[in-house]
Amino acid sequence: MGALQILGFVGPSVNWWALLPQIILLGAALLILLASALAPQRTSTAFTTITTLCSAITSSIVAIGLWNDVKTGGPSSSIASAFGIDGFSIFFTLLILIGLAATALLSHGYLDREGIDPPEFHALLLCSAAGAIVMASANDLIVMFLGLEALSIGIYVMIAMHHRRSEARESAIKYFVLGAFSSAFLLYGIALTYGATGSTNLVHIRNYLDAVVFRDQHLLMAAMALLLVGLSFKVAAAPFHFWAPDVYQGAPSPVTGWMASIAKAAGFAALLRIFFAAFASHDVDWAPIVGVLALITLVVGAVMAILQTDVKRMLAFSSVSHAGYVLVAVHAASAEGTSAALFYLFTYTLMVLGTFAVVGAMGTDDGHPLSRYAGLGHSRPILAIGFTVLLLAQAGIPTTSGFIAKFQVIAAAVNNESYFVAGVAMVTAVIGAFMYLRIVMAMYVTDEEKERTSPTWHWTTSVVVIAAVSFTILIGVVPQLLIEFAEDAVPILIRG
Amino acid sequence: MIQLVAAQTASSFPVLNALIIVPIAGALVVVLLPNSRPELMRPVGAIFASIAAALSLYVMAQFSIHEAGFQFQSIQSWIPSLGINWHVGVDGISLWLVVLTGLITPIVLIAVDPHHDPKPYTAWLLLLQAGSFGAFLALDLFLFFVMFEIVLVPMYMLIGGWGYDDRRYAATKFFLYTMAGSALMLVAIVSVATLSAGNQDITFNVVELAQRQALSTNTARLCFLAFALAFVIKVPIVPVHTWLPDAHTQAPTAGSVVLAAVMLKLGTYGLLRFGLYLFPEASVWAAPTLATLGVIGVVYGAIVATMQKDLKRLVAYSSVAHMGFIVLGIFAFTTQSLEGGVLQMINHGLSTGALFLMVGMLYERRKTRAIEELSGIQSAAPVFAGFFTVVMLSSIGVPGLNGFVGEFLVLIGSYETRRWWTVIAATGVILAALYLLWAYQRVFHGEPTPDDEQTPDLTLKEGLVLAPFIAGIVFLGLYPKPLLERIEPAVDDLISHLEQHSDYVQPDLGAPVVVDENHGSEDDH
Repeated sequence: MGALQILGFVGPSVNWWALLPQIILLGAALLILLASALAPQRTSTAFTTITTLCSAITSSIVAIGLWNDVKTGGPSSSIASAFGIDGFSIFFTLLILIGLAATALLSHGYLDREGIDPPEFHALLLCSAAGAIVMASANDLIVMFLGLEALSIGIYVMIAMHHRRSEARESAIKYFVLGAFSSAFLLYGIALTYGATGSTNLVHIRNYLDAVVFRDQHLLMAAMALLLVGLSFKVAAAPFHFWAPDVYQGAPSPVTGWMASIAKAAGFAALLRIFFAAFASHDVDWAPIVGVLALITLVVGAVMAILQTDVKRMLAFSSVSHAGYVLVAVHAASAEGTSAALFYLFTYTLMVLGTFAVVGAMGTDDGHPLSRYAGLGHSRPILAIGFTVLLLAQAGIPTTSGFIAKFQVIAAAVNNESYFVAGVAMVTAVIGAFMYLRIVMAMYVTDEEKERTSPTWHWTTSVVVIAAVSFTILIGVVPQLLIEFAEDAVPILIRG
Repeated sequence: MIQLVAAQTASSFPVLNALIIVPIAGALVVVLLPNSRPELMRPVGAIFASIAAALSLYVMAQFSIHEAGFQFQSIQSWIPSLGINWHVGVDGISLWLVVLTGLITPIVLIAVDPHHDPKPYTAWLLLLQAGSFGAFLALDLFLFFVMFEIVLVPMYMLIGGWGYDDRRYAATKFFLYTMAGSALMLVAIVSVATLSAGNQDITFNVVELAQRQALSTNTARLCFLAFALAFVIKVPIVPVHTWLPDAHTQAPTAGSVVLAAVMLKLGTYGLLRFGLYLFPEASVWAAPTLATLGVIGVVYGAIVATMQKDLKRLVAYSSVAHMGFIVLGIFAFTTQSLEGGVLQMINHGLSTGALFLMVGMLYERRKTRAIEELSGIQSAAPVFAGFFTVVMLSSIGVPGLNGFVGEFLVLIGSYETRRWWTVIAATGVILAALYLLWAYQRVFHGEPTPDDEQTPDLTLKEGLVLAPFIAGIVFLGLYPKPLLERIEPAVDDLISHLEQHSDYVQPDLGAPVVVDENHGSEDDH
């Protein structure tokens, strides 16, 4: 609330209605913390989960209301055009809220099982979600940075909350150090952008770049490079992905899911808003660099994934290669490419949350070796088939949302005449498919029938897996609605 | 843009859609059956597969013979944002493949006992049938790609779940080879649609794209190569055939039969429908290379088959040889060679499908497929040996049986345009006799060991399962006219399309040679 009050003091008009989704989340976080502080006995997980879920649902209702406003009244901005309300921001708000609800459900069983105090976890999760929404909606580089920090700091602590596992602490430190490092890059990029264009506001930047022809644009190029590096860390694009496998492996599975889905989506939201919207007139400068980044990310993600033996590390590299796909769409630097990226992020988020739901339920203290999944096809056939659908969707097999997402990315690249990038993207999909097939094979083909401990399975986890699988197949068969949603969500920079 | 809907035929019942939906519905019903009744799974599945088979026969009966275009077309808007429609239709080239797909699946479901997990087994086979129907019927490039790739999943699961010792390796290899092939095809599909669009709406409609022919020569050639790679791997043509022996050997009998009879045809069918039809100029340009690869496949497949110790692997390599014939026929571009190629697809489905079924039956009896461990089966199982002989002779191409008609048409048709290729391919016929007869001699003749003497003969059920294959083999050998007269208009149309869009001209061979002839008896000596 403090930040908002200060902004109110300065004077610009504030569209409180547009900020309501974040305010609800922060309110819920405060409520949970207060209740846990004041309540005589230990706060139950049920209370925190339900509060988080309720706040996510209320918040999405508000977001849908905002969507209708934008559809009828057009996009707008608030707080001295530092905060944008357009289809893009609401698209990501809804996506983040879905991720929040799923993560709350996943953590429900996990927190009980591992004996972690729920109030702090949920309060941090809610703050992190609010930060992600701010990041996706920011119309100003400074506000974007604030959102990014709110998102990241929550994640640093959530990773470390499993205090009995040393890997979790190691992951948290690693993510914190590299996260701070990447923030520095980002800040430096923001400073140079300010130096080159005289503003941190994206609308100003765009207008300035449209109007002015640089005699030499070294400063702007350096700014773009630093911003790209900083955000590439966040979305785990190679060669800035080195933290991902270690951190994903060590973090509690619900947090890993949150990082792989929402942190990545928010990072791409910032990337798209800065590069596609604000630096639109300089796309000849940044698009090739993004293309090269996409190629490296695709190849590294796919090739490294097949070398892993730990399922969580495999999925970490798979999330790297997914970042590569989204970068291919960003590289197209077109409205089509942007809506392809949005479609990809939406479907990917649900796939990856479902995947980590299963992984979280399967995991115990000794990591996630592939052998743990052996025979799952016989002992838990329904779970196995759901997991198979999610993995094949990530491999981009038709009749899943993953295929439609890949198809749109390829179409955007081809429309942009980037045939080579499109070709590499498809070939790495095949390499990556080997890794998904390994997990599937491990589940279905076992040489000996071993007696196995059944995974601890909480009904809230089932809800997430069922929802993710149904969504994945439904969108795979009838994608039209989501495609239209993504087409309407291309970012628009509006002042006033 | 959707004036295309006007092209919908008057036929009110969308039978082709039903063809795809019925097996999917069957799979869902099977999945919902209670686990406590495992004995219900296959019969229920077989009922749905048979309904699909009956529908495919209905399509065959209602198919108008002298029409070249697509019949029973049905177009529904699917993803309008991307210009994608659900568009299915059947012509003389796909008709018989559809019928083959329809008939093979129920037979396999009835014939082959999976031994464990009958529920997923039945469901996967039904989904395989649906996907294969979809791939043969699709007239929208996107829909085709979806179907072409989705059939991988059931087959992968069948090999992985019910295969033999090395199934993990074989299933993964099968999946990745095909996926690798189709990876670039997806890029080519989008490129063709985008580049053909010009200032019109983007479309994936095959008929529309084939008529537009808007791509520049080089672009069309590159796109053709991307398509061809996918199909060449699927066929498979040497040197990208190595997945096939592994997949066939490790797959359960049902998988092998469907793989050989139906799925390999996706490659040759794709070359015809999407290679020649979409890229006529590029096909003519690439024809010498592809015909050469086809001929290499004929000779190489035959030689390697001769050396095999495993009966199933031998049949798998014979597939490589036979599919090489079809590729030669396709890229010889004459009416006879193309007709022969299409007919040979059906013939190969019947003969190789039956061979795999019988090798599977033999394995059920003896738990081995090694040729050296089998001997003198004929005395213990004379009926089985008799059935095997007929199918084997069909595969060799003995006159009077179906294999001869197809190979003869391919050879006579190719001789005009690809003379030396034909000469070399003809040796494949002799080599086929060598490896099959030699294998037969080792397995069925000779001194039976005590184990061999215990080999039970064909049961009535197995005989009934094989009977349709034998009937088809003999019928098509003696009277191929019903097939040929439905194939010919579509093939002629395809060749005139080629002539129209490239500098290729079909040499004048006079009247079609074979359609009205019954050469079953007179060529026998």
